[in-house]
Amino acid sequence: MRTLKVLAVLLLGCFLGARGICAESITIKGSTTVLPIAQAAAEVFMDDNPGVNISVQGGGSGVGIASIIDGTCDIGDASRPIKDAELSTAADNGVNPKAYVVAMDGIAVVVHPSNPVTALSKKQIKDIYTGKISDWSEVGGNMGKIVVLGRDSSSGTFEAFESLALSKAKVRADALLNASNQAVASTVARTPGAIGYVGLGYVTSEIKAVTVDGVMPSKETVLSGEYPLSRPLFMYTNGKPKGVVKEFIDFVLSQQGQHLVEENGYVGLK
Amino acid sequence: MYFNYLHLREIVYKWIFNILAFASLLFLFGITIILFKEGLPLFKEVSAVKFIFGTSWYPTHEHPEYGILPLILASLLVTAGALFFCIPLGVGSALYIHELAGFKQRAFLKPLIEILAAIPSIVYGFFGMVVVAPFLQRVLNLPVGLTAFTGSLILGVMATPTVCSIAEDALSFVPKSFREASYAVGANRWQTLTKVVLPAAGSGISTGIILGMSRAVGETMTVLMVTGGAAVIPRSIFEPVRPMTSTIAAEMGEAVMGSIHYHALFAIGLILFLFTLVFNIIAEIISRRFRLKLGLGR
Repeated sequence: MRTLKVLAVLLLGCFLGARGICAESITIKGSTTVLPIAQAAAEVFMDDNPGVNISVQGGGSGVGIASIIDGTCDIGDASRPIKDAELSTAADNGVNPKAYVVAMDGIAVVVHPSNPVTALSKKQIKDIYTGKISDWSEVGGNMGKIVVLGRDSSSGTFEAFESLALSKAKVRADALLNASNQAVASTVARTPGAIGYVGLGYVTSEIKAVTVDGVMPSKETVLSGEYPLSRPLFMYTNGKPKGVVKEFIDFVLSQQGQHLVEENGYVGLK
Repeated sequence: MYFNYLHLREIVYKWIFNILAFASLLFLFGITIILFKEGLPLFKEVSAVKFIFGTSWYPTHEHPEYGILPLILASLLVTAGALFFCIPLGVGSALYIHELAGFKQRAFLKPLIEILAAIPSIVYGFFGMVVVAPFLQRVLNLPVGLTAFTGSLILGVMATPTVCSIAEDALSFVPKSFREASYAVGANRWQTLTKVVLPAAGSGISTGIILGMSRAVGETMTVLMVTGGAAVIPRSIFEPVRPMTSTIAAEMGEAVMGSIHYHALFAIGLILFLFTLVFNIIAEIISRRFRLKLGLGR
């Protein structure tokens, strides 16, 4: 009996040791917008492949692409396409960045269901958010102060909205701070004069999404790129990925991976 | 031998408790050092005047601005508003409990008020967000219910147990002889209360109020949830504001370590720390004066 136990322990030790030797690791860095997707996918992937160790870090799209170029990560996350300057630096370093679109990010502009306004132009949204327009009557609604809801400046949705809708202009200082998509949605639902923006996944029957430049936000219009407040989210690799990195990208693009994308409030590609 | 053992035990215990007593000092110094170490580097990038008197807070913009005047004013406004609610509530209930309530009432009133202090601040915040804010929005016909006033109201209720409990203690510290002397010269109950008891307990009550104020100015979760969070210089108490604490709470999680934004958040913490430090020093000075006045010594 005792010998059996010793043998079992020895066997287990060999097994673990062998696993230790062949354990592979993936380093992912970059955009905080892609971070939740990478994080969720990494957790499931590591559960399914116990020998693989994935480390996921934020830092921003610039950091993600820079890390691919200097070789300090295997996958660089980015919420924007690579810039020409970055491409030429990459070429100088003998790196050939390859882009994978892993999800679409669509931001819905939402108002209270009782609000008669159903359509806004991108220009009007920008004017509302930068402080040029402060009353609903200026955009075809009833007289009344617009309660502008914003997000904390560190949120990925804020960053996307700032670049897609505001072209990097400063949000009016009296915009309300909300800590999450959910907080924006519930405040809009309770405030008749409110306007807010949330990831497409957070639009419910309690709030009303408006059309932007005449396009209603939906999975289809976001995927086709027709909806103005949408953008692709990327994972970059150096050249065609091999081995476990390829397996991970394939996993993110699989049915299961895309399901995780939707769970995190983004638009899946399928 | 036996004696030595006892003696040794005594020394060991003394040291253990000595260390425990100084442990909290260690934490205080540790926190203070970190606050200064992480907060001060900001002033290499942004001048102190621009930081404290600047009116725009855009820490993550391409051209960042780090002015916290709107945040300081918001904290002061919400705290002042909270005092407006917690002084009458706290001192009033202390007076009732001490002067008018019978033994039975006192036995359940005081513990019940103290239970208010046991409710987690997130529960206050949630209650404020879901019940109080929509109610005020409807009743006062405001564009949005998440305002400085809502924050003040809820913080006022949260600070009430502190004020009430310390004020009640102060009232009970007034020596019985003061009261008896007052009655002996023919003063009635009201005269005794206003001319003798309240002045004697006054500094104790003030201590309670200042400690309640410290509590209000440092409260984070509740104000984050109910004051709306607009980083503008408040023009009215019925508008959304963003106090210092909620800015730190909302932004610290994602601020890049070592960045100017990160140091700026620590610098806000430093300013907040100085605020509460001043409040606590004032409270300490007043309460010492109070004890001397009553002849209780230090």
